Amino acid sequence: MKARITVTLKGGVLDPQGKAIANAVEALGISGVNDVRQGKFIEVSLAETDPARAREIVERMCRELLANPVMENYRYELEGG
Amino acid sequence: MKASVIVFPGSNCDRDAAVALRAVSGKAPRMVWHGDSALPESDLIVLPGGFSYGDYLRSGAMAAHSPIMREVIEAARKGVPVLGICNGFQVLTETGLLPGALMRNASLKFTCRDVHVRQERSGLFTPDAMTGRVLRLPIAHKDGNYFADDETLERLEGEGLIAYRYCEADGAVTMAANPNGSRRNIAGIYDKSGRILGMMPHPERAADPLLGGIDGRNLFESVLANLH
Repeated sequence: MKARITVTLKGGVLDPQGKAIANAVEALGISGVNDVRQGKFIEVSLAETDPARAREIVERMCRELLANPVMENYRYELEGG
Repeated sequence: MKASVIVFPGSNCDRDAAVALRAVSGKAPRMVWHGDSALPESDLIVLPGGFSYGDYLRSGAMAAHSPIMREVIEAARKGVPVLGICNGFQVLTETGLLPGALMRNASLKFTCRDVHVRQERSGLFTPDAMTGRVLRLPIAHKDGNYFADDETLERLEGEGLIAYRYCEADGAVTMAANPNGSRRNIAGIYDKSGRILGMMPHPERAADPLLGGIDGRNLFESVLANLH
């Protein structure tokens, strides 16, 4: 199966990179952008075919490595089998 | 002093730390490779500055899970003092031995220059005589923006765990003196036991007059004196 994992900064955590992107977007002449938040996208291929077990594996890798719970949230989708 | 300096792929201040330790103690520390699974008997562990594992994913995230870190965490829990400098501080937060996280500098720039920090308390690494005094130390980082939630910050303040704050040359803690956006100008913190210190400035790069300053030397002298 494939896991598509998105890691984002928690609300309230300042995101200077997002802010720089927002400024660059404005410099392109694109208006109406209120806010930009930057995150990470991670795609993982798993040998596991059982969705419940795959979920456990992905949860663990997110919790222990891919996201830092101090400042980040994660979410993911599983696909295929 | 039986000091061990942990060397990760991408560490680049490990030898500076070794030179500083040798200068104050007269004894060269052991250099311990990240892939080792056994830690030599140590009365001080130093996690040096650098870019362990190329800062992949997050600074310090990969190093926190390297084989030797299991031993370091175990030793730290038993009370062996640990000093994390720059990338070492990032590793300590990633392992959870210290609270909070080090985020991208608010300026988004890699910043390499001398800053002033005020020593906020005495302790194993921070001598009594220096409390309230201002040190001039180099910083060299892009991810030194200390972040913790309000509750954690209140706990750090309440328990007196903040070791250093960025300040002006006269000791005033101002936003202008904050080089990276760290909350409450935090440059270094102790853990609850007072035996683990993480800091972004580099005391090992200011431990010899040839390097342009010796304000970092007292930290190494302090831990040496307190261990004996």
